[in-house]
Amino acid sequence: MSRYQLNYLDQLESEAIHIMREVAGQFERPALLFSGGKDSITLVHLALKAFRPGKFPFPLVHIDTGHNFQEALDYRDAMAERIGEKLIVRYVADTIKAKNLTEQKGKFASRNALQTYTLLDTIEEFKFDACIGGARRDEEKARAKERIFSVRDEFGQWNPKLQRPELWNTYNGRIDKGENVRVFPISNWTELDIWNYIRKEKIELPSIYFSHEREVLEYEGQLVAVSEFVQLEETDKISKKTVRYRTVGDMTCTAAVESTASNIDDIITEIIATKTSERGETRIDDKVSEAAMEDRKKNGYF
Amino acid sequence: MDILRFITAGSVDDGKSTLIGRLLYDSKSIMIDQLEAIEKQTKNREDGEIDLALLTDGLRAEREQGITIDVAYKYFSTPKRKFIIADAPGHIQYTRNMVTGASNSDLAIILVDARHGVVEQTRRHSIIASLLNIPHVVVAVNKMDLVEYSQEVYNNILIDYAAVAKSLGLKDVSYIPISALNGDNIVDRSTSMDWYEGESLLHILENVALHDDINLTHARFPVQYVIRPQTEALHDYRGYAGKIISGIYKKGDAITVQPSGLSTTISAIEVGGVEVEEAFAPQSAILHLEDDVDISRGDLITLTSNQPIVSNELDVLLCWMDSKPLVVGNKYQLQINSRLVRAVVKEFKYKVNVNSLEQEEVPDKVQLNDIIKATIKTASPIPYDSYQKLRVNGGAILIDETSHVTVGACMIQ
Repeated sequence: MSRYQLNYLDQLESEAIHIMREVAGQFERPALLFSGGKDSITLVHLALKAFRPGKFPFPLVHIDTGHNFQEALDYRDAMAERIGEKLIVRYVADTIKAKNLTEQKGKFASRNALQTYTLLDTIEEFKFDACIGGARRDEEKARAKERIFSVRDEFGQWNPKLQRPELWNTYNGRIDKGENVRVFPISNWTELDIWNYIRKEKIELPSIYFSHEREVLEYEGQLVAVSEFVQLEETDKISKKTVRYRTVGDMTCTAAVESTASNIDDIITEIIATKTSERGETRIDDKVSEAAMEDRKKNGYF
Repeated sequence: MDILRFITAGSVDDGKSTLIGRLLYDSKSIMIDQLEAIEKQTKNREDGEIDLALLTDGLRAEREQGITIDVAYKYFSTPKRKFIIADAPGHIQYTRNMVTGASNSDLAIILVDARHGVVEQTRRHSIIASLLNIPHVVVAVNKMDLVEYSQEVYNNILIDYAAVAKSLGLKDVSYIPISALNGDNIVDRSTSMDWYEGESLLHILENVALHDDINLTHARFPVQYVIRPQTEALHDYRGYAGKIISGIYKKGDAITVQPSGLSTTISAIEVGGVEVEEAFAPQSAILHLEDDVDISRGDLITLTSNQPIVSNELDVLLCWMDSKPLVVGNKYQLQINSRLVRAVVKEFKYKVNVNSLEQEEVPDKVQLNDIIKATIKTASPIPYDSYQKLRVNGGAILIDETSHVTVGACMIQ
């Protein structure tokens, strides 16, 4: 290999940094959507590489559903503190109260859909014109069609038929007042790329990504953590299992996987061997219908 | 391990989606739940067989209408390479979508139906591949199972295509007979075509030499953002952040900033927060300069020894991408990398027939999917290279000033 060749992870990293700097150069009031999951943690790491020794040209924004894993919240606060960047948190519970929204009912009542309201309100409150998110195209069919700069109208809606053609590495972020752009710097990364990058860069993650003992409820083949947000019934099968999380979302709609992988090497070995996709294995919210993600994106989900 | 970005070009029935499905399936990039989802959908249909094409048809709107709307990206990898497939659909808006997908591709797979041979569509796809300057082309003669795996059929197609490749000046063309449906010559060599002595398609994709595609002599660094912490400790820190799109930069190199023409030398280079002696394409970096010259976003830092063209008059091949027609004299924003300038499309010279490359008279209004030769005048000079010589600094987009939509792709001549 010539000394002037870049490894694939370095190529992906450089592309993501380029995209983030385009956001900094093109927008007045951008934000980085941070959830405490591995993908947004990777985004923060990339932002450090893109802008240090300067400050981030955007705050970190977390839309807190109130159903988060405590480990992810602790990580979030510690990280914002450590890197000395501004963190804005807005709560779905507040939106529900202020707007008289109706919460989902049932066993795994999720606030995933309501999250969109809080996100759109937050965008309006701070007049954000660009929101950087950690979505990847390999996650889901509807995301495979997403541009890197994805324009949303004033209702936050995504219209797959009216996407701008995106050529070369030239990103067109021009918009009208009220519109905003969702930007996805790690569009071209797969789940395995993320893990390999986390290993290479020695990025710290919340503990729930690694194997631990947890009380779980078995439901249609998936393991859901027992928590105050899940309604238990007498017939429920509850047991203590050694599990870890492949994705980190709400406690009500993210399932754990049985695993003894306690370090990154073991996790990577496990992912290479797995036969199920990340969302298929761990996201209850995508299974509702064949086009669940497409519909949520059209309504302003990120 | 590196990355190969490729586009698959084929008409509606050439088996393009099946080929992509096959590559994903045979390289084990499809997971059980995704397969189950397809099986479920296939059950709703009448024929019953698992339809690999369904793996690439993303949106409900598309599934219902049986079409693909826009470019979709698919990923798979082998121990040798990570692959990014741009899947552009084959219906009316095809030119626009293929141009978009091709703009970032290192390689194009051009699908030819063995029963029909080289047809108008094949020429069109090849013309677009050559206009977009895709470095490598693989001609995959598909549906060999339907012509009894005939070597004669395959050879005749080769002869026909070689003439197309020659007329277009395609540099690196490989040929392969396949059956995407049956998996012949996709991952492993087919046992049905002993007469074929080449490698499997995946083997070709894994081994195409990519390092020569990156230009290491024409150093180009578009400035995206200026980093100035303005803290006490870093009071004098001023770093120019950007991505090296081609070439190599070394500490001490004499540089010239375009279009201003100011010159100085590089005093330091940072990559990922670490100071380095040199950096090269496609690394993202921060450059520090000896003298305090006036530089802002959109400027191009180049090696003084190797300069781009700086001009406000451009000859371009323009692919029109908007449903509203282009009218001569209209003003747009032109964006090349991070530089944005106002521009006016001054003169239409001719229209390119995308099926034959013939030059035709330009209509008054240029419609969606038309490719024309035109001259563009920009409000201030821009530094660029000829697209055919240096792709990364010769492609520009036109943006409608009122709708802000990307309406055109320019390959600067």
